[in-house]
Amino acid sequence: MEDLLNAFLLMSNFVFVPAIAYGSQLALGAVGVTLVYGVLRFSNFAHGDTMAFGTMVVILFTWWLQSMGINIGPLPTALLALPFGIIVTAVFLLSSDKLIYRFYREQKAAPVIYLIASVGIMFVLNGVVRFIIGPNDQNFNDGERFIVKARAMKQYLGTAEGVSIKVSQGLTVITAIIVVLALFWFLNKTRTGKSMRAFSDNEDLALLSGISPDKVVAVTWILVAILATVAGTLYGLDKSFKPFTYFQLLLPIFASAIVGGLGNPLGAIAGGFVIAFSEIMITYPYKKFVAYIVPGDWKPEGLVQLLATDYKFAVSFIILVLVLLFRPTGIFAGKSV
Amino acid sequence: MLINRNTIYFTIMALLLIGVGLFQSWNVSLSILNLCLISAIMALGVNIQWGYAGLFNVGIMGFAALGGLAAVLVAMPPVEGAWSAGGWGAIGGLFLAFISITLAVITYQRMSAGRTRSILIIAICVIGFFITRSVFGPATHAIEDINPAKSGYLGGFGLPIVLSWPVGGVFAGIAAWVIGKITLGLRSDYLAIATLGISEIIIAVLKHEDWMTRGVKNVVGMPRPVPFEINLQTTEWFLNLSSTLGADPIGFSSIFVKICYACLFVTMLLIVLWLSETALKSPWGRMMRAIRDNEVSANAMGKNVTKRHLQVFVLGSVVVGLAGAMLTTLDGQLTPTSYQPLRFTFLIWVMVIVGGSGNNWGAVLGGFVIWFFWIEAEPLGLILMNAITSGMADDNSLKLHLIDSAAHMRLMTMGLILLLVLRFSPRGLLPEK
Repeated sequence: MEDLLNAFLLMSNFVFVPAIAYGSQLALGAVGVTLVYGVLRFSNFAHGDTMAFGTMVVILFTWWLQSMGINIGPLPTALLALPFGIIVTAVFLLSSDKLIYRFYREQKAAPVIYLIASVGIMFVLNGVVRFIIGPNDQNFNDGERFIVKARAMKQYLGTAEGVSIKVSQGLTVITAIIVVLALFWFLNKTRTGKSMRAFSDNEDLALLSGISPDKVVAVTWILVAILATVAGTLYGLDKSFKPFTYFQLLLPIFASAIVGGLGNPLGAIAGGFVIAFSEIMITYPYKKFVAYIVPGDWKPEGLVQLLATDYKFAVSFIILVLVLLFRPTGIFAGKSV
Repeated sequence: MLINRNTIYFTIMALLLIGVGLFQSWNVSLSILNLCLISAIMALGVNIQWGYAGLFNVGIMGFAALGGLAAVLVAMPPVEGAWSAGGWGAIGGLFLAFISITLAVITYQRMSAGRTRSILIIAICVIGFFITRSVFGPATHAIEDINPAKSGYLGGFGLPIVLSWPVGGVFAGIAAWVIGKITLGLRSDYLAIATLGISEIIIAVLKHEDWMTRGVKNVVGMPRPVPFEINLQTTEWFLNLSSTLGADPIGFSSIFVKICYACLFVTMLLIVLWLSETALKSPWGRMMRAIRDNEVSANAMGKNVTKRHLQVFVLGSVVVGLAGAMLTTLDGQLTPTSYQPLRFTFLIWVMVIVGGSGNNWGAVLGGFVIWFFWIEAEPLGLILMNAITSGMADDNSLKLHLIDSAAHMRLMTMGLILLLVLRFSPRGLLPEK
């Protein structure tokens, strides 16, 4: 019995808790991608770098706040800097829309042209972020490190294994829940949110009923700025900030959005967790876990790892391919194929 | 008019390269030229996909890396003992994986839908996975244990490296076929995302399958299709040649080698260009453009759009794979960490868009122009930054930061060029006829 408890604690510590945190970060990112897809009808390749940009602004403001000696006790100062990051990112996205995407909207350009334009913006953002903060790792997490420490838990329960929960992980989940609830309240209850959904469902009909496309688009970009900055900052707090990893996040984020059905925010959230759990569970070495659940003192020889951690991108890719093969519109029906 | 434009642009390009030769050095100028040639071939490949058919491939890096892998597998001498230690096990493992996937696909196609089928397919995959692992794992470990500091991998077949160029094309073509089969026929975005994914995975494989590519330990000292400088310097005819030209044999040898490479690459470029032009002018090319411009009507005319897209996607990737193998040949080493998406995928895209999508000459010109500025932007950016910051004190932190970051300006400049061309001159420098 004690072995089973230990096995469960072990899994919670190394699989469930990190996967829930990572899943929330992916979900926030995927909702951003899916919103752009739903309203503006293209896959935004600049999303990963938008997240990096937002996080960079947050980091800069965090440093500024820290230099003034402002902090919020056990919580990371980055939370205070978050609104500034969102504002700057929103300004950037709105002006990029005005300068670039609006032209193609008026031209009624093919979706692939938007795609290329978003690649161009990705380039620019990449350069801006590296230019301002450099290509290296930045750790900007301050405040307390842990909510629950593994050692304290071990002593309390008297078990061999314990679960540690980092502040950043707890914060990620709480923030993600708040942001998502607010988003759904906005989309379902407010007039602007409803007009956004109407626009996404049927553009022509929405225009006929007097919905202003400019307003819908602007609101979408502001929402994207909020989601991207929050997701990026949470990811940076949880792991660390490096511009290139944010670019690499594109693949799992797209995979999450497609698994949930592009254009479907609820699906994107589910997709984020599907991807995060698969990625972590498939690359986790189960050696100790097997030793606990198998009776006796037998231990497996190898690591009992399904796939090396280096191939974590392969996991999201394989899931993506399976979904495209069998349910191209996503697990929950999304936009047309 | 168009001929004029072609000649004018290419003349300017030649003058720029000559200018670099005169003012910097001929060595620099020739190495830029060699990479320009390779970039031009890659851009031609992308132009086949984008310009002929409107397919958006974001995985150019992966296809180029497959070409690099081909160079290693074809040209490196086999490592002694590696084949007997685990070569057959590794190949057998791959074969087993292939068999289990094929079995799963056959089961999917032959059986009627239902729970039995799903369970059977999952069982085949799981059992196949573990059997494969049990064969593959020990074999690759055995290979990696052979003298890890120097080899620790299978090596190749020891064939002439030029052979690896078509082989690289075939590798890339196979990968493209798999991706195309899955995503073509769905929305255009899916192809883009899937190619992005496969290229990341190919790079991950190159980085971590040490038994095949030595991973991050890199494969160095690859054989060359041209003589080595050091051998030239002791050969009589070369010494005679350089004394006739009145050149220093040591400096001239490296220029001579670069000229040899350039000749090889020009030949390849001309072949690919001639083939692409012929294809574009043929009925096949007209059909492709008809499909690109209006899929619905082409479909109504009885053209199988998805099949044609698959065909053109594979062809374009073959060209990219070829160029990737050439690049590794020129470098003389395979360094998986050097494959960066911004350098390999998106830079090539800028070349195609700036050059003129749909026009093969445009793609070639784009390859030249963009590569030239990509290389020359670094010294130019540094000069610019030095000029901007000349008024500041030497230890000013802003000045140091600006000078350190000058290199990153290149990314931003490329992005701006892409956006500006797309907006104001979407047909590029040399528009499609």
